[in-house]
Amino acid sequence: MSSLAFAAEAVTGIPHLAAAVPGADNPHADFSDTPWWLSLVKALLVFVFLLVNTLVVIWFERRVIGRMQQRPGPNRTGPFGLLQTLADGIKLALKEDLTPKNADKVVFALAPMIAGAMAFVSFAIIPMGPMVSMFGHRTPLQLTDTPVAVLLVLAVAGVGVYGIVLAGWSSGSTYPLLGGLRSTAQVISYEIAMGLALVAIFLYSGSMSTSQIVYSQRDLWYILPAFFSFLVYVVTMVGETNRLPFDLAEGEGELTGGFHTEYSSLKFAMFFLGEYVNMFTVSALATTMFLGGWQAPPGIAAINDGMFNHGWWGLLWFVIKLWLFMFFFVWLRGSLPRVRYDQFMRFGWKFLIPVTLAWVVAVAFIRGAQLGYFGNSSVGLAGREFPVATLIIVGLIAALALAVTWVWEGKQAEKQAAAEAQLPEEIDPFAGGYPVPPLPGQRLREPSLAIEKESNRA
Amino acid sequence: MSHAATWAFRVRVAAAAATSRHVPAQVARLPRVSPYVVVAAVVLVGLLLFVAAMGARALLAPKAPTRAKLTTYESGVDPVGQGWAQTQIRYFVYAFLYVIFAVDAVYLFPWALVIRSTGLGAASLVEIGVFIGILLIGLAHAARRGLLRWF
Repeated sequence: MSSLAFAAEAVTGIPHLAAAVPGADNPHADFSDTPWWLSLVKALLVFVFLLVNTLVVIWFERRVIGRMQQRPGPNRTGPFGLLQTLADGIKLALKEDLTPKNADKVVFALAPMIAGAMAFVSFAIIPMGPMVSMFGHRTPLQLTDTPVAVLLVLAVAGVGVYGIVLAGWSSGSTYPLLGGLRSTAQVISYEIAMGLALVAIFLYSGSMSTSQIVYSQRDLWYILPAFFSFLVYVVTMVGETNRLPFDLAEGEGELTGGFHTEYSSLKFAMFFLGEYVNMFTVSALATTMFLGGWQAPPGIAAINDGMFNHGWWGLLWFVIKLWLFMFFFVWLRGSLPRVRYDQFMRFGWKFLIPVTLAWVVAVAFIRGAQLGYFGNSSVGLAGREFPVATLIIVGLIAALALAVTWVWEGKQAEKQAAAEAQLPEEIDPFAGGYPVPPLPGQRLREPSLAIEKESNRA
Repeated sequence: MSHAATWAFRVRVAAAAATSRHVPAQVARLPRVSPYVVVAAVVLVGLLLFVAAMGARALLAPKAPTRAKLTTYESGVDPVGQGWAQTQIRYFVYAFLYVIFAVDAVYLFPWALVIRSTGLGAASLVEIGVFIGILLIGLAHAARRGLLRWF
């Protein structure tokens, strides 16, 4: 094993003691007391964690949506219907697995493999807690970490798209092909905005390693200084995971099942599993990047000299934050209708990408001011020290954003006024002998009013 | 500011050196696995999971394919022609735009990491503003040519 590690280090150029140099962009988590077998145990635990959470979240989703629609939801299998998902999974395993005659056999089997296996990879770099004791070793509650950990998540998401596009292409059928293409265009479009939203976090933390990002949030969660990035990330994470209101790839009314129409049995289950694990991955990344990762919420963190920020407590806060995002996903599904594809793409390319690019420049200037690029004078405000340059730049950005919104709203109001100014054309519904409904913008001439007018004239 | 920063850095390096004096014995005892080996192992376990699921399915599920079952699904109607038909080119355009913008977004990542070194100064901010400005002009050009319109 050690020779394998040595070979990998020779290939990747990661030095042996990377974790021992603090303050750089290297991981903050210390893996020096983690033997290889412990990594394997932790990897298995991550798989178990994700599989159990997937089983529970599908039940949770159906129950919560049931409550939102004033019906009970699944409540027959096991206590509170908790075993429903397990029963569904076993049923899928007992179903016949069909490969259509038109399909490309090899790629048809390869696609669910990519979708299923790739979903788990990103979770390897998610920090789920601080240092704990495990089988006599001090090890962080995190499988592994690299100096470019967040980049790994984006790369894995990019590879995961292959599962979708190959499934659509290899089915040899129209619906899956259309669904696969739609889904691919959707995921790659929103991936750009997602990557740009994360740039602001890299600017603040100075690192792409997830444990270092969590460590640098110990006195202020990045959801506050990077609030706009958070909003963009939340939109893009729904777009990335093909969830309502952005589940255009499997719009039942248009494309039956989308890219997995031709799949059955456990191959279908793999896509299903991949989708839910991906939801956990993007939620875990959001937790890590914006909500302080495994750290306790501000009030609780101060209790008893930070007792709740040590040991296995971290896992509790991490799971709570993760499940808040899962509830958000379910809530969205319960309340929003699906958007139209052209609206979805327009929103991504004409709003999210340019505005996030501008936001990155703004954050860069704020960060530059904090680092003292524009002078070092500072003022005390509410117990904290703020550099004057930062305040000036934040003020300038706020004024600029307000001015842009003001101009844009004025233009929208003008447009609306222009559209409303034209009086709709009045038509006689019986002109052709048959009653005809009015077209958009037309108004019916009321027969009763017309008769009254006639009689008044007489 | 910069003096204080370098001083703090020196202190941290010294502290790291002090702690690392105790570490080597441990490291010699427990060779650290490269993080990329761990990631590869996770990929492998994921593939194993898939293979195990397929094996279980092969043992459990019935197998009785008929011609009707193996036809392409078209909502109950007999399928007409092939699924691989000509379609509009618009997905292709988005793929091209993705290549351009994703690569440019990746250029921003290393820059975001090195901005903390105070030697770069305000000029680097202006430079990145110019870079992103060029990107925005490219996006505006694509929009003006109608490439971002979906019909």
